[in-house]
Amino acid sequence: MRPVIELENLEVVLGTRTILKGLHGSLRGRAIGLLGPNGAGKSTLINTLLGFHAPSSGTARLFGRDIRTDIQSLRRLIGYMPENDSFIGDMSGVRFVRYMAELAGLPPNEAMERAHEAFFYVGLGEARYRDLNGYSLGMKQLAKLAQAIAHGPKLLFLDEPTNGLDPPARARMINLIREIRGTEDMHIVLSSHLLRDVEECCDEVLILKDGCIAALSNLEEERKTNKKFLELETAGADPAFTTTLEQLACECASFGNGKLRLILPEGIRIQQIYAAAAENGVQIRRMNYRRDSLEDIFLKAMQPAVGAAANGSL
Amino acid sequence: MAVYKRNYKPYSGELTANWTRFLILPRYSLAKIFDSKLLVGFLVVCLIPFLVSATLIYLSGNPAVRTLLGMQGANFIGINNTFFYYLLRFQSSLAFLITAWIGPGLVSPDLTNNALPLYLCRPFSRTEYVLGKISVLFFLLSLITWIPDIFLFLLQAELEGNGWLIANLPIARAIVLGSLLWITVISLLALALSAWVKWRIAASGLMFAIFFVAAGFGEAFNAVLRTYWGHTINLVYVMNLIWADLFGVPMNISINRRMMDDPRTMTLPLGFAWLVLIGVCGVCLLLLNRRLQAKEVIR
Repeated sequence: MRPVIELENLEVVLGTRTILKGLHGSLRGRAIGLLGPNGAGKSTLINTLLGFHAPSSGTARLFGRDIRTDIQSLRRLIGYMPENDSFIGDMSGVRFVRYMAELAGLPPNEAMERAHEAFFYVGLGEARYRDLNGYSLGMKQLAKLAQAIAHGPKLLFLDEPTNGLDPPARARMINLIREIRGTEDMHIVLSSHLLRDVEECCDEVLILKDGCIAALSNLEEERKTNKKFLELETAGADPAFTTTLEQLACECASFGNGKLRLILPEGIRIQQIYAAAAENGVQIRRMNYRRDSLEDIFLKAMQPAVGAAANGSL
Repeated sequence: MAVYKRNYKPYSGELTANWTRFLILPRYSLAKIFDSKLLVGFLVVCLIPFLVSATLIYLSGNPAVRTLLGMQGANFIGINNTFFYYLLRFQSSLAFLITAWIGPGLVSPDLTNNALPLYLCRPFSRTEYVLGKISVLFFLLSLITWIPDIFLFLLQAELEGNGWLIANLPIARAIVLGSLLWITVISLLALALSAWVKWRIAASGLMFAIFFVAAGFGEAFNAVLRTYWGHTINLVYVMNLIWADLFGVPMNISINRRMMDDPRTMTLPLGFAWLVLIGVCGVCLLLLNRRLQAKEVIR
């Protein structure tokens, strides 16, 4: 599969500060998460890929095209949802999105049709004729998403899309992003400092720290690996149950109060665990695959020694 | 696809030509401008000089009508370079008012609302942005300056006949060139000011200050130092100097009446006046270039 983003010793200096320090790597995921603490360089990386900042050395390629030489043609393929409030006042929502779609190259009639579709798609259909200035924060975020997708981009940059949203609005935004990820033609780059957003939406993650790549990880692979880890909360678990599980070739650790952690060998099915519990008269009250994989990766990446490792590809 | 089908669908239709994109900005801006009844009313008022001039030209070319109206006598107004010169000067004042009204509202809202990244993340350059915004002013100001003036010129040529058109072609050239020059200067100034002063009213005020307060300072400078170089910062004077040259009107006819007491003040070199205007336009472009960035870099 052709890389979506290739970074080649990308360095960006703004003023007198070096913000991105020789990033090198390639990303191929359908939804790529950009993670990092505040000031790590996430937004600068997005702005550089959009052509807003010129690299001071090195370069980057999107779909194989160099951002230094092909940025105008690349912008046809890009949709961008900025982090901050970013809109044109004194305009209705649908007019704003139509305007943006026209600027992206759509003829007026098509732009109008797509603007309406985009508004219905993000769930703001009923509010599309209202003035943008009267939108709530959540509605503005959705309107920004609508303008980013109205012209049908191939690569969608979302900069902190859940910023300032209440839990239901956040859930709606995450669902939309996941839905968009499911479409054939679009790749997503999601920048966030919220691990949960990235974990829920992305299949690949680039973690930045102090302008360097601290980790580059395929979350799909990590998830597959983590399926081998199982956490159980039981009632009545005794050594006999543990022994039965060990006979199934599971590595088993007990934490008291009926809590167990298992490492499942290849080929074992969950039904066999249930069967072992039934055999020993044990109630399984809760069963979880480990879900904190991204947190592990992130925390590891934030350690000083790992931070220096930087750069790589998948 | 109907709007009730809420699935995302990629766009695979045709795209508009790159060079036409900048025209989207004036289309939307003009639609918004013409929503204001007050502004439309003012634009109509701006056409009064045109109607008055058309009437004068008609009367000038029709002695019979003048006789009917009781306007007999040989000293009726002459339709010549001086007539068009004064007409353009009057229209340029109206053009300035329109620019001070509309100009600051073109760029400052985009900066206030942080909209530039939305423009510039698309296949749309900063040059196209400036071109699109300035074309709004070019369109409106052309409507009240050189377009009606050229119509009047043609009306006079039609009424006068006998080769008047060919003999007076330099007037037409002066009308178009003089108007476009003025439109360029005040439009660039308005955009540059609105890019730096986000508060619209302050930007309008600053525009008046640049033209009139600076002119006052220039005059004071001249009076104190007994020189004429103070006119360098008097853009109205500089513009008048160039118009007078374009129309072939002696400078003392126009300027002495309004602002000159001292004949030495009339001697700012013409080439220098052109340099001043080019310099003002250059500075405005530099200011726009500095300000119109998708992302501001804080150093």
